[in-house]
Amino acid sequence: MILIIQCCREKLHYFEFVKPIEDVLKKDEILFESVHYSSLNKRVFSKFDKIIISGTSLKDNFFLQDLEYFSWLKKIDKPVLGICAGMHILGLLFNGVLKRRTEIGLTDVFFEKEFFGLKNNVECYELHNFYVESSEFEVFARSRNCLQAVKHKEKPFYGVLFHPEVRNKRLLTVFAGI
Amino acid sequence: MKCAALFSGGKDSTYAVFLARKHGYDVSCLISIASENPDSYMFHTPSILQVKKQSEVMGVPLIIQRTMGEKEKELKDLKEVIQKAKIDFEIEGVITGSVESAYQASRVQRICNEMGLECFNPLWQWDQFELLQELIREHFDVVVISVSAYPLDKSWLGRRIDEYFIKEVRKLFNRFGINPAGEGGEFETFVLGCPLFRRSLTIVDKQVSGKDNSWRMEITVL
Repeated sequence: MILIIQCCREKLHYFEFVKPIEDVLKKDEILFESVHYSSLNKRVFSKFDKIIISGTSLKDNFFLQDLEYFSWLKKIDKPVLGICAGMHILGLLFNGVLKRRTEIGLTDVFFEKEFFGLKNNVECYELHNFYVESSEFEVFARSRNCLQAVKHKEKPFYGVLFHPEVRNKRLLTVFAGI
Repeated sequence: MKCAALFSGGKDSTYAVFLARKHGYDVSCLISIASENPDSYMFHTPSILQVKKQSEVMGVPLIIQRTMGEKEKELKDLKEVIQKAKIDFEIEGVITGSVESAYQASRVQRICNEMGLECFNPLWQWDQFELLQELIREHFDVVVISVSAYPLDKSWLGRRIDEYFIKEVRKLFNRFGINPAGEGGEFETFVLGCPLFRRSLTIVDKQVSGKDNSWRMEITVL
C-alpha cells in the first residue's frame, strides 16, 4: 500500500499533480491512499509500505513554510519518493540548501547511474523555480542546469526534480515495486 | 480565486471550466485566441468566433484576441491578452484544458510564471477514454467540427460524443493509434450544451470544406 502525500495548496491542483500519480498506480492495480500533508495522522503510517510526496505548481511554495509537518520522515526507514516539491522537502529535512533555477517543459536529463530503470539520456518534464542541494544525498542524474535525481546516502529516500507522472511514468511503478 | 480560462469552445477547455467552477473557482472571464493560421500549434481554430454564443449562454465575459498565428508571435499575443484579463478582471490564475501537449502546457506555464499567476491544468494527463466518459456522464453535448488524421474522413464531421462514438474511436485507437480524445490534433470539437450553459445551442448553418482525411465544418450557432 502506497501513501501519496499531496503538497498542493489549491484544490484544483489535485487534478494536475496528484491524480496523474494515482492514475499510474491504478493502472497497475497498486493500492494507495492520498492525503494532504496538513491532514496526516501519524497513527496511519504503519498501514503503508512506501510513500510518494507529490509536486505542486510553480507559484505554490507554501509547503516550504510547513516543513514541520514532515519532520516525522526523519524517523522512518520506509522507501520515500519525493517529486519536485517532494524532493525539495526531503533535501531541506536533511540540511539541504534551496536554490533558484527555473526549468519548464521537456528537458534532457543525463542519468550517470541507473535510477528506477532510467539511464543515459532521457527526456523529462520539468516544472520548477527552485531545487535543493544536500550533501546527504547522492546524485544520480543532472540536467544542464541542476541536479535531477538523488538518493539519500543511508535511507531509502529518493528524489526527482522532474515529473515522472507526466513523462517516464514507469518510474512510479518501478518505485512501487521495489 | 478569480481566474481566466483559455477557451476554444471545444470539449477540453469547456470541461476544465466546469471542473474549476465545481471546485469553487470564480471563472471571471474567458479568453479566446482567433488564429489566422489554421495549422496553429497552440490554438484550436475551427469555428472559433462561435465562442461568443457560448460565452453568452454561460454568462461569462469573453475577450477575443486575434493573432496572425506565427509560431512565437502568437505567444506574445497570448501574453498580452492575459495581461488585459489581469488588469480588467483582477485574475490571479489561468485555467487551461491541456491534456497531453507538453508544448502547449509549458508555454502557458511560462507566461503565467512570468506574470505571477497560478496556472491550472485540471485535465492534465487524463486518460482520454476516461475524459470522453466524463463528458457523457456530465451531460456534455459535443460535436466534431474538424478532422485531420487518417482514417478519419468527412463522415466524422457533426458526430456527437456518445457511447457509440467511444466504441468507434476505440477501434481506431487499437488499429491506428488514433488518440481517442483527439489529443494529437486528430479532431476538434465544439460544445453545444453542458451544465454551464443556461440553454443549449443549435447549429443553424454549416460550411464543410476539405479533402481526404482533412475536413472542417465551420458552424454558426444560435
